[in-house]
Amino acid sequence: MTWLRNPFSLGEKVAGETRRMREPRQSHGRASRANPHPNPSPVGEGKKGKLLLVLALLATLAGPALAVQPDEVMKDPALETRARTLSSELRCLVCQNESIDDSEAPLARDIRVLIRERIGKGESNDSVRAYLVSRYGDFILLKPPFKPETLLLWLSPVLVLSLGLGAALFAYRRAPSITPRLSADEEARLAALTGHDVSGPH
Amino acid sequence: MIVEIGHFALVLAFAAALAQTIMPFWGARLGDIGLMNVGRNAALMQLALIAVAFAALVNAHLTSDFSVLNVAENSNVAMPAIYKISGVWGNHEGSMLLWVLILAIFGALVALFGRELPVKLRADALAVQGLISLAFLAFILLTSNPFERLAPAPFEGRDLNPILQDPGLAIHPPLLYLGYVGFSIVYSFAAAALIEGRIDAAWARFVRPFTLVAWSFLTLGIAAGSFWAYYTLGWGGFWFWDPVENASLMPWLAGTAFVHSVAVMEKRDALKVWTIFLAILAFSFSLLGTFLVRSGVLTSVHAFANDPRRGVFILAILVMFICGSFALFAWRAPMLKQGGLFAPVSREGALVVNNLLLTTACVTVLFGTLYPLALEQLTGEKITVGAPFFNLTCGVLLLTACFAAPFGFSLAWKRGDLLGVVQRLAFAIIIGAVTAIVGAAWLSGAPLFAPLAMGLAIFVIIGTLIEVFTRAWRPGLSAGVALKRTLGLPLSFFGGALAHLGLGVTLLGLSGLGFGAETVATLHKGVPALVGPYSVTLDSVGEQLGPNYKESVASVTVRSGDSVVAQLEPARRQFASRQMTTTQAGLATLDFGQVYVAIADPAPDGSVPARLYWKPLVTLIWLGAAAMAFGGVLSLTDRRLRFGVAVRAKANARPLAQPAE
Repeated sequence: MTWLRNPFSLGEKVAGETRRMREPRQSHGRASRANPHPNPSPVGEGKKGKLLLVLALLATLAGPALAVQPDEVMKDPALETRARTLSSELRCLVCQNESIDDSEAPLARDIRVLIRERIGKGESNDSVRAYLVSRYGDFILLKPPFKPETLLLWLSPVLVLSLGLGAALFAYRRAPSITPRLSADEEARLAALTGHDVSGPH
Repeated sequence: MIVEIGHFALVLAFAAALAQTIMPFWGARLGDIGLMNVGRNAALMQLALIAVAFAALVNAHLTSDFSVLNVAENSNVAMPAIYKISGVWGNHEGSMLLWVLILAIFGALVALFGRELPVKLRADALAVQGLISLAFLAFILLTSNPFERLAPAPFEGRDLNPILQDPGLAIHPPLLYLGYVGFSIVYSFAAAALIEGRIDAAWARFVRPFTLVAWSFLTLGIAAGSFWAYYTLGWGGFWFWDPVENASLMPWLAGTAFVHSVAVMEKRDALKVWTIFLAILAFSFSLLGTFLVRSGVLTSVHAFANDPRRGVFILAILVMFICGSFALFAWRAPMLKQGGLFAPVSREGALVVNNLLLTTACVTVLFGTLYPLALEQLTGEKITVGAPFFNLTCGVLLLTACFAAPFGFSLAWKRGDLLGVVQRLAFAIIIGAVTAIVGAAWLSGAPLFAPLAMGLAIFVIIGTLIEVFTRAWRPGLSAGVALKRTLGLPLSFFGGALAHLGLGVTLLGLSGLGFGAETVATLHKGVPALVGPYSVTLDSVGEQLGPNYKESVASVTVRSGDSVVAQLEPARRQFASRQMTTTQAGLATLDFGQVYVAIADPAPDGSVPARLYWKPLVTLIWLGAAAMAFGGVLSLTDRRLRFGVAVRAKANARPLAQPAE
């Protein structure tokens, strides 16, 4: 699982682990198995007893080894490609920010198999996605849907960029012009000296 | 006993930090040189003390002193010595100690090499640096003491998490921290400049080397982490937009913007207020990253609530430094005198565009990382912001920045000639466009990212080379003169060129992903499985014993047609001490691409489920990052920027001046 195994998350806390085991919504009774590896981290203070329990539990459960297993792959390459595309857009519910396509968790495997079953029966990717959202909520989508609650999120790049552009323009307008315009008198003298009309903007 | 000495040294370091905070600051207000100079000694003293504490912890780990809680939980007698050492920072307490050690190193660098600085500026900067140390030392001493004893001592330690038993742990966190924490110096100087209400090109000249050091290390650190993830996760991903990664990307983006804007300030005395703002921003993101990673808030809001002591402490530090500095900024920035003017089409203008895009990308990453947390707190609704969101938003912003890079690099200062630059870059533009079109045709139907990125990468690389060439050569110059002119160019120019080349190379590596192949298959002995232009055949499966693990190793042969190109031994390692299994991928580098083989546990019949990848150009991702970092270092060695140049120049000037008297 990325959150466990990603080198960037060195020494994260064990508290998340214990919580995940208790939380019914995510677990469906199998979250404990979803994580074949005990947490890498230091023991949260005062949690040692709980941690040992977790470790003991986890130790008895063998984990699978790879994300997509050879036996899951569909025979039709076109359908398999569709399944892969779809599963790379869906979140493994018991991991952190990992798609079910990359996850080793059994729950991710179950959803991968479910996707392939439904696609095999002729359902479109959109309808499979809609079904999964109805079951797990928007939480399962790695790309949040565009709706009132996520408006600020999706618009943030545009907002920040226009804010920055506005500020830059404002600062530029306020700063004195880089070369002061010549007065009419000066322009006339310059024209006389060079023999050209130089009244254009700089 | 040594452990207690370490603990005591850490307490003394806290005292030294206190002195470093108060006395120089007070001295600067009074104008008392003696008091201001206390800051330097205190900074050096603080480094020495923290070094003692760190050495004590390393010693405890090396000697497997399980009476220390930290060692008992993260070490094991059977572990190789290198992992015993790197295990020191493979846990929360130890990594925080490394954090303050590096903080103290940077403070000591200012104390040692800051001789030509205005005394007051140095005193204030050291005071701010001392304050940061003070806060984090308090955090360690009060909530995360690495020297806590454990009685009775267990017979054997719990072992370091096997995922972390990798050379990556020895390299990645120190590099990353050198980058993260390096920005603290920039922050301290920004705060000092604001306190004084004065800032000029000399400030930029002094801050720039530190910026480049921090930025280069951060670049390397992120690259090292991504490469580590790549070979250890078993499916060849190297960037996941994981919140922890985002935490390191945000300071990098802000820091990259800062490296560019500080160049403008140094050369043209422009964009002062903005540069100060970025300096504060870069370190604020470092602090935010530390908070996100260390508080556990990312794993879940609930985990944070379950054990809020550390999180709340870091949050308090975060709020104090970010709010404090921005309040100082709001109060003082209007007093800073604006300098150098420039036309919109100029190198300065291009750097403003660069800064806008990078900062926007940075804020987007921030929003994407924190939005789910905020939304869940406010409405209880859970959403996920994952890779597709970031790829879309940051992808567009950063690719635009890449596109602008060669233009900015070729534009003249103050007022540029865009048409002239476009003419000069025409060749690069055409080659890039052709690459993109050919690539798109080749991949017909696939997403357009890969060919687009490839075209862009080619454009950046050739465009940068054209600029180097243009600087050195004009029509009519002989080769000898051109060479002389090339050698005469400042090193910082080559540094910039190399960094831009590195950017192009990294982009090229990323674009290669679209041209790769993946096969999920069960390997049977002697039956080849195809992946891209190669075939992979399983030869044998065996078991081996390592120092603290047992592994199943598959021997496979990679062939191109009939010729053997590589022998690989991907493995699964079982660590008994933690009941964990890790994947050791087999990697064969072929040109710049790699064949990547990861296996699952072998089946009883001797067959092995495996994932095979052909990843063309993939190594360029990290080679490019290394080039970027090296560009930063090259820029650093520019004579202008070397530490203490002014002092030495003065010393050399004296003997010459004497005869004239």
